[in-house]
Amino acid sequence: MTLKYPIYLDYSATTPVDPRVAQKMIPFLTEHFGNPASRSHAFGWKAEEAVEEAREHVAALVRCDAKELVWTSGATESINLALKGAAEFYKTKGKHLVTVKTEHKATLDSMRELERRGFEVTYLDVQPNGLLDLNQLDSSLRKDTILVSVMFVNNEIGVIQDIPAIGEMCRKRGILFHVDSAQATGKCDIDLQALKVDLMSFSAHKTYGPKGIGALFVRRKPRVRLEAQMHGGGHERGFRSGTLASHQIIGMGEAYRLAKLEMASEREHVRALRDKLLAGMQQMEEVFINGDMERRVPHNLNLSFNFVEGESLIMAVKDIAVSSGSACTSASLEPSYVLRALGRSDELAHSSIRFTLGRFTTQEEVEYTVNHLKTKVTKLRDLSPLWEMHKDGIDLSTVQWAAH
Amino acid sequence: MAYSEKVIDHYENPRNVGSFDKGDDSVGTGMVGAPACGDVMKLQIKVNKDGVIEDARFKTYGCGSAIASSSLVTEWVKGKKLDEAASIKNTQIAAELSLPPVKIHCSILAEDAIKAAVEDYKKKHP
Repeated sequence: MTLKYPIYLDYSATTPVDPRVAQKMIPFLTEHFGNPASRSHAFGWKAEEAVEEAREHVAALVRCDAKELVWTSGATESINLALKGAAEFYKTKGKHLVTVKTEHKATLDSMRELERRGFEVTYLDVQPNGLLDLNQLDSSLRKDTILVSVMFVNNEIGVIQDIPAIGEMCRKRGILFHVDSAQATGKCDIDLQALKVDLMSFSAHKTYGPKGIGALFVRRKPRVRLEAQMHGGGHERGFRSGTLASHQIIGMGEAYRLAKLEMASEREHVRALRDKLLAGMQQMEEVFINGDMERRVPHNLNLSFNFVEGESLIMAVKDIAVSSGSACTSASLEPSYVLRALGRSDELAHSSIRFTLGRFTTQEEVEYTVNHLKTKVTKLRDLSPLWEMHKDGIDLSTVQWAAH
Repeated sequence: MAYSEKVIDHYENPRNVGSFDKGDDSVGTGMVGAPACGDVMKLQIKVNKDGVIEDARFKTYGCGSAIASSSLVTEWVKGKKLDEAASIKNTQIAAELSLPPVKIHCSILAEDAIKAAVEDYKKKHP
């Protein structure tokens, strides 16, 4: 088989739309284009029927009632609605919110906004393996805590937080619990009948669906209330106004239907490839894994290649499409805040690459990636004064650097 | 990020990579930057009896623009007198490589590296 370059290993950034999903969506752009809110004719009825069928598919994957799902434009909007909507609704009960330093920016920035509105937010540290210390969480909860938000799967390092235990902890105290599951669907079993989760955010495009569509789970029993953030025609029971993007909703429904069917076999497929990738990379010296390897989704591998700077490595490995933990590319020279929160040194945080595999990744692609990385890391280390110092036996942590 | 052709050329075919013996009297070594900031440049110059830079070497830990900036200055300093080399400005480097604003710090670092190497040589020859 001939390989196509660049090889896509950035499935946690986004996934391609599965061709089966795309096929299902197309008629809803051209033929069944009706507005699902049109009650007076067959165009509307057809669209509404398909939207409700899609809602059932999403509900089936995460084991909730379809009536508990609100369509949004994606996980970012779901998170904004969940956090701001709940905080504003329950602010008379208390003004304290709790989250984790390694959350996605959608959560962290919504929390910052809530701080500006007078709420108080605790940002919890994680352990060196990326997991939350539940005792620390427990002791952060107060009488006036109204909401806890923790992501199911971390987007950078793929670690899986203990959602069942956190749920129990919050429910016992009557605190709402929101979970960002953007990276979890199709990778982890999610059972909202068992989990004590009140709000959960979903995205379609990380699970082979289209971009621009997501959903928020809002529990009915016990009932969770939110203050709407988008006002208009009162769609989605007033939680989120705006004409439903029926073609995208149908795409999300089909993507989630396929995820439910194929999750088990897909997990084994990507796990085998990820392990092969890791074994290949570990043949090099000074390669470190970021995040726990046990409590981790099978498609994620986040590695630090010591003494090589991340952006130059990304530039060198142009035959593969991956992300770097060094945010040098985004104008700020800060290394990944997630890796920093693990206690990784700045050097290692700057030297990291996230590989995320997926449904369409092949053996050949993984083999190519291993060889490609080995060649490029060697080349960059030959260029690196830090590697030279390391080889000369100098402990870099003892060097006085002239910070700039 | 889109890199200019010159950056890519220097990055893919870096000039004068390597090291001279730091202890050699004719060598000046400049090491600037910090790993925590994502760039460290080591620039070395070899100076002849007439105070002219005969040769230069570099090693850089950093992004493509940092590597390109240091590779470029190893070419520029060759054949220059110490003071001429030390007067190379970061703006010249940035212009030559068409560095975008977020990468200007790479050219500043390269300028600093030359100055540090010249300084080191001068310290050895007071």
